Amino acid sequence: MRLNTVKYLTTLVFIVGALQVNTALAQMDHDEMQMQGGSAPADARDPHAYSDGYTLTEGPYAQPGPRQLKLADEHAFWSVLGDRLEYHEDSESTVYDIQAWYGTTYNRFVIKAEGDIADGTLEESSTELLWGHALNAYFDTQFGVRLDQYDEGKNRQWLAIGMQGLAPYWFELDVTAYVGDDGRTALSAEAEYELLLTQRLILQPRAELNLYGKDDPDNSLGAGLSDLALGLRLRYEFSRQFSPYIGVEWTDTYGDTADYRRAAGEDTSGTQFVAGLRFWF
Amino acid sequence: MTHGFPRPKQPWQLSRRRFVQGLAAGGVLAATPSWLQAAAKGATALGSAPVLSGREIDLVIAATPVNFTGVTRMATTINGSIPAPTLRLREGDDVTIRVTNRLPVSTSIHWHGILLPYQMDGVPGISYPGIAPGETFVYRFTLRQSGTYWYHSHSGFQEMTGMYGALIIEPRAGERHRADQDYVVQLSDWTDEDPMHTFSKLKVQSDVYNFNQPTFFDFTADVSKMGLQAALEKRQMWNQMRMNPTDLADLSAATLTFLMNGTTPAGNWSGLFQRGDRVRLRFINAASNSFYDIRIPGLKLTVIQADGQDVEPVTVDEFRFGPGETYDVMVEPRDDAYTIFAQSMERSGYARGTLTVRQGLTAPVPDPDPVEWLTMADMMGAMSHGTGHEGMNHSGMDQGSMSMGAMDHSTMDHSQMHGGMAMDHSMHGVQRASDNPLAKPSSTIRHARTEYGASVDMRVDMPRTNLDDPGIGLRNLSQRGLRPQGHRVLTLADLKSIDGVLDDRRPPARELELHLTGNMERYSWSFDGLEFGKSTPVSLRHNERVRIILQNDTMMTHPMHLHGMWSELETDQGELRARRHTIPVQPAQRISYLTTPHDLGRWAWHCHLLFHMDAGMFREVVVS
Repeated sequence: MRLNTVKYLTTLVFIVGALQVNTALAQMDHDEMQMQGGSAPADARDPHAYSDGYTLTEGPYAQPGPRQLKLADEHAFWSVLGDRLEYHEDSESTVYDIQAWYGTTYNRFVIKAEGDIADGTLEESSTELLWGHALNAYFDTQFGVRLDQYDEGKNRQWLAIGMQGLAPYWFELDVTAYVGDDGRTALSAEAEYELLLTQRLILQPRAELNLYGKDDPDNSLGAGLSDLALGLRLRYEFSRQFSPYIGVEWTDTYGDTADYRRAAGEDTSGTQFVAGLRFWF
Repeated sequence: MTHGFPRPKQPWQLSRRRFVQGLAAGGVLAATPSWLQAAAKGATALGSAPVLSGREIDLVIAATPVNFTGVTRMATTINGSIPAPTLRLREGDDVTIRVTNRLPVSTSIHWHGILLPYQMDGVPGISYPGIAPGETFVYRFTLRQSGTYWYHSHSGFQEMTGMYGALIIEPRAGERHRADQDYVVQLSDWTDEDPMHTFSKLKVQSDVYNFNQPTFFDFTADVSKMGLQAALEKRQMWNQMRMNPTDLADLSAATLTFLMNGTTPAGNWSGLFQRGDRVRLRFINAASNSFYDIRIPGLKLTVIQADGQDVEPVTVDEFRFGPGETYDVMVEPRDDAYTIFAQSMERSGYARGTLTVRQGLTAPVPDPDPVEWLTMADMMGAMSHGTGHEGMNHSGMDQGSMSMGAMDHSTMDHSQMHGGMAMDHSMHGVQRASDNPLAKPSSTIRHARTEYGASVDMRVDMPRTNLDDPGIGLRNLSQRGLRPQGHRVLTLADLKSIDGVLDDRRPPARELELHLTGNMERYSWSFDGLEFGKSTPVSLRHNERVRIILQNDTMMTHPMHLHGMWSELETDQGELRARRHTIPVQPAQRISYLTTPHDLGRWAWHCHLLFHMDAGMFREVVVS
């Protein structure tokens, strides 16, 4: 079946992606290729060695008063990325997955918001408010909170610690661990890859999985690997910032999560076609 | 973040052709306010900036509507024209230049390449506070040099929105080269976007303007051409390192319209000549972010000056220059019309004009060359020797003198030195190599400790030090069938200041090493991994002879501009070659130059790609 091909392809992408987390972490310490990452040797050059103790505001001929010349490295920027704003055909629901940030090159306030809307009701949503700090050239660490809201179920609050960035071979990774009330823990991981078929036609495999430390019957979530979603989306970039897409998403649930679903008379897995819009500004 | 402009129309809303080619009649609109027309009297004739000369000059800076692409935008102009008036001054003169700011924001003018007191250098926050709205600042300085220079705003992105003009200083002793026609050919680039918006897009997605990225079908084409393994190998390093081999420029024709003398390609700036004329073309790269490759099919270009300083004439077919650099070129046209073709380095478009005997004639306009991937030499420098990767065949470059690595200097054109014998280092000009450990630039690579953090995405451990590389996209042009046999491209190794220009022959007393660094993914640029805001000044002593080594740990070429003093380029053997004010440093290249700071004060030192400068590849220099 063709959908199986999709499943294998995206699984492969996800596995390769997961391996990259490892590589990325490994590169921070040792690197067979010394051109990136690593730590400074003891005899590394002092970047202030030529300053004679002067600063941008002190020393001969400095302009009086506070420093006037501030370049973009001291400016704050912001962006909103609507990575997925899509309609799921079978479940007749709308999914949003939006990320926004405000801050400098190395320190950013990050909002990640995901949710499902059906019949005009926000059925469930997860919103993260995070402080991101550059870990290395390509990855940020993120600390903050996650607020889960369920229309039918119990809302949850979590502390979040994660890592987001670009792994070797161009995998976009986002891995976050959570600690909640009553000793609840969770882990979520997301990987995306962009395959340029042309300069504007882009195929994007995407994988996402969630794990929980213990059962959450209120929200029908089981301990262990709870769910996995694999998607393949084909978008056309009318501009880099505006691209409609079509795609297919395959989801599966496992363990107790699957049992809760069966008990509720719901499918434990499914495949559906999606159509949506990716944008950023 | 606030934008001073309404969100502009995006390029895709314009017809592609019109956007790239621009409007034939594009430029400053005639409907300038009446108060401006007084200042701009005689201005805005298409593509020819008015000429101002004398010892007293008045300049007025204001917002002026322009239309290069079919949409009207506000530009910042000097005396209402783009380019700004050409200033023709005389060596030795004391000049007074009054600059009045009619913008709602602060402004400035920097005299690029001019030696003067630091208070007159025009960098807000370093030389002076800038020129506040409504104020007039009076620049007064003595012209201690001659040649082709330019001037531009040093405030924000004002340069990118129209504030640039030519500055020509006639030598007291008369021109060395007789010319029947003398034209300024000023290259620039224009975007309809608010530059801050453009910059912030790069902060979000740094390849947003690159529409020549490797695709899946490029890969399958390579597989069928070279086999799967070779196709994978070709990509392996790039993908592993998260580097893009077509990352040749941050901006492209996706947002830029390339201009020659303020004229779009469709507008076709024309310079007239009569048969038999010797024509001097003063090329100035006043672009914000674009390197240009210049050629005039059918004509040899005799380069007589670089950055305003006379060089021993060298005849080439093509040259590349980056923002801030100038080259004066003599040509002797025989036919009726020639195209001056200036393709941008990332090959997304071109600026173009015509040399002709009669207004209205044109010559064929070439297509931009195909995009060439960066090579391993651009990523790893000399380390790439013998790795068997593509791009490494440095036998038989067009000039026959091309060598890619630090190991091979025997073919360089060192006319009066060591006769090609690598062993004979006993005499280098007036310096005894054996006496002074600083006779040659140090080849020990010392990365700064701040190059190991989040601000730096790569470091080069075996840089290349040769100067005879024309750079990516200009190598092996004849072999690749892109140019006729024997086509010669200018390199830094071809430049040699004429006798007397390099007057300070003292060996350097000390040596500074700084690395050019960046993180393309975060879109941050720096020296030694420290952006300007985190940096401390480089302190130089008045009149000392000092060597500066710049090593490029990035995969882009950076035109490095040091204010207030000359940058005297030397070879990796310590042989002084040419006096410059802006020196392009290629990817994975390590170059050095000597300087003697004669003028006290604080000076700017930065990459002249405007966005790299603003991102933080900027240092202050204190001379005390």
